[in-house]
Amino acid sequence: MAEAGSDGRRSRSTREWMQYAFVRLGVLPFLLLIAVAIFALLSENYLTWRNLVGVARQSTYLTMVAMGQMLALLTGGFDLSVGTMLAVTSVVGALAMTSVAAAAPDAVALAIGAGILAGFGAGLSIGIANGIGVAVFGVSPFMMTLGMASVGFGIALYLTGGVPVYGMPAEFGETFGFGSWFAIPVPIYVTIALMAILYVLLNWTRTGRYLYAIGGNIKASALSGINTRFNLFMAYVLCAALTAIAGIMLTARLETGEANIGASMPLESIAACVIGGVSLRGGTGRVGNVVLGAIFIGLVQNGMNLARIESYLQIVVIGVLLIVAVVADQLRQRLIATLRD
Amino acid sequence: MGSVTGADRNKGGAGSGGGAEGAPPLLRLEGVSKHFPGVVALDKVDFDLKAGEVHVLFGENGAGKSTLISLVAGAHRPSAGTIHVRGRPAQIGSVHEARALGISAVFQEFSLVPQLTVEQNLFLGAEALSGGFLAKRRMHESAVEILNRLGFPLDPERRVTYLSRAQQQMVEIAKAFRSDLSVLILDEPTASLTERETERLFALIVQAKRQGVGIIYITHRINEIKRIGDRITVLRDGRFVATLEVAQANETRLVELMTGRVITQIFPKVDYRPGAVALEVKDLTTASRTVRSVSIAVRAGEIVGLAGLVGSGKSEVARACFGIERIAAGRITFDGRDVTGKSPGQLLERGFFYVPPDRREEGLVMMRGARENMFLAALGQPALSGPLFLKRAGERARALELAKQLNLQPLNVERSVDHFSGGNQQKVLLAKALSREVKMFVFDEPTVGVDVGTRVAIYEFIRDLCQAGAAILLISSDLPEILHLTNRAYIMYRGELRAELAGAEITEDRVLSHFFEREAA
Repeated sequence: MAEAGSDGRRSRSTREWMQYAFVRLGVLPFLLLIAVAIFALLSENYLTWRNLVGVARQSTYLTMVAMGQMLALLTGGFDLSVGTMLAVTSVVGALAMTSVAAAAPDAVALAIGAGILAGFGAGLSIGIANGIGVAVFGVSPFMMTLGMASVGFGIALYLTGGVPVYGMPAEFGETFGFGSWFAIPVPIYVTIALMAILYVLLNWTRTGRYLYAIGGNIKASALSGINTRFNLFMAYVLCAALTAIAGIMLTARLETGEANIGASMPLESIAACVIGGVSLRGGTGRVGNVVLGAIFIGLVQNGMNLARIESYLQIVVIGVLLIVAVVADQLRQRLIATLRD
Repeated sequence: MGSVTGADRNKGGAGSGGGAEGAPPLLRLEGVSKHFPGVVALDKVDFDLKAGEVHVLFGENGAGKSTLISLVAGAHRPSAGTIHVRGRPAQIGSVHEARALGISAVFQEFSLVPQLTVEQNLFLGAEALSGGFLAKRRMHESAVEILNRLGFPLDPERRVTYLSRAQQQMVEIAKAFRSDLSVLILDEPTASLTERETERLFALIVQAKRQGVGIIYITHRINEIKRIGDRITVLRDGRFVATLEVAQANETRLVELMTGRVITQIFPKVDYRPGAVALEVKDLTTASRTVRSVSIAVRAGEIVGLAGLVGSGKSEVARACFGIERIAAGRITFDGRDVTGKSPGQLLERGFFYVPPDRREEGLVMMRGARENMFLAALGQPALSGPLFLKRAGERARALELAKQLNLQPLNVERSVDHFSGGNQQKVLLAKALSREVKMFVFDEPTVGVDVGTRVAIYEFIRDLCQAGAAILLISSDLPEILHLTNRAYIMYRGELRAELAGAEITEDRVLSHFFEREAA
């Protein structure tokens, strides 16, 4: 399709240009432009540096989870347990941190380190269970991750009795939640680093190539000598790793371990991916676009806050946006099919 | 809906249709064309069908056979030309309207709902009602009646999922016979049938002919044409080539008409130099019992054919060697080492490459680019990947090289595979086989769904590999391929090895005589 731009008629009508841009770039640039234009008109604070850095920081948690979700989507599955992974990470991390801090009040670094490791391990273990279920036993990703979502949520509630966990060292929140470096918040650095790692993984390693191939055609992948089980397993484990990191960062920001964080994450992370052009059928998607998709959702939520739209209505808007993105993607596929001839 | 009584009306209609000599043909197509966006699928084709005859449509994939029957069956409307049914011009706007005219089609893709029972499928879309509710007993009775009349041993209350492919086809045919039938379209009906089932189908065709039904029959099998055909119409590239009586036709003539070339121009001469044994299969039995105690051997520098009907287990032999079909007993030796039960990855590592028959299903990742597909099986090679990262510059250069070598059109290795034509997709699949060092190639139906030009290129590709010293196993349902390309051939029948022929022994008659159950004189 690359040559389609250069040849053919010199004078394209605006409509043809729009079509071409739509087919090439997907729906995201259009949504982004529309959203920014509307909110900039509704609130003068919207397009300020302060606000935009705030949006970027708020979007980091969703961005990390969406990048994880993307891995599951690439293989043709999805992960509905990302929300409870956040919860379990948060609760287990906070509990470990407070108990180590209580036992050895002077060893702050030890407490923080132990908490992070415990939380990360707890989140990761859910991903390992998902991976074993999907890759080894062939359970459908829908059932497996939905089941694990219930398991995880139950564990998180059981451990805390439904009460937030307080008492983590203040340094944890100060560093990872509220810290900043050269006026840019720490979570943004973490997100950028993860983005870079994921980009390299997907585009420059065999594992990345295999994830795309398995999502595109698992039989062809198996016949090409690829260990499909292992790679599917890895997709869910890596998804959990990214989500667990998001859980730790979010716990630091909230300064409590909570079982109720992340309830909206499965929907929002899938929305970010789909808006960013990841196919629900697997096999296609780019990291950069997923990040933009997550930021877009952040921009819309922030804009709605500034425009004082009620929070319950905001949930409605997110759902509508997801559906619009999927419908637009269908239209795009049809357009590609007709333009091909 | 009056479909329940259709069976009775059919008997009445039979007498009037069968004997009438001077009557207009059942079906006549005049200058019919069909354009799809950017493609002329059918170009001013004439065709007619008499009552009580089997009219075979013959041609390569993409010749327009499917388009033609889709027009007759009401799935598409012609862009130009007219269709006459019993001498009267007819507008067949939908499958429903076609059925009302007595035209029914049995396609290769069945239109059955697996979760429903046989009788529920039979009356799907034409349920008998009484007072707004389903008249279940009436439908059951007429289902039993139809199945008995056709002689199909099917339980009408069984779910379609549990039926074999042949039995599902019976349901599909019974569906066609449910209402008043005058034109029956059969699209490669024997492709997945066993010999006994095929015999059954042929008997049914004879019976239908006697009742005055006209049958349009699509097949690639020349022996079937001789068996049941009356006339043959050959199509090529969407155009009408010829209509001839079956008596005038022979294989050479038909292949020439179909391809527009003489056989010797299609198949290259191969210089076979059989060397050491590359692959040896001893007493192989698969867990699914699709293959039973089969022993074959393939040497370097030769092309060995593995022929047989669909379902004869020929493909499963290779798949068992490649580690994708479970082995119950037997031993497979490749390159001097025991490889029984090894995974595809391990076999690729040793230089064994299996090219699967269905590129969409098993061969290619359709939405990814040609380059990625070419090297999917070779990324472990040091030339393409370091310990951690891929060497993408080298990969791109190699991809371009392979694309040029195979004459990929258009020459754009980043283009996603599903945007290429069928023939060029096949080239990408072949390029995959060249992406690493391979000592033995298995080609499983390598020319399905490609045009003649590509077909010639593929044969030359195989010849070059053979002459370069590779061992080649060619699995094919296409008889000419076995006859003209191999120096040795094994013939399989229902999971067992029937015969091994070498050199001049590989003749049409000898191969075919092993394809089927030996006919008792």
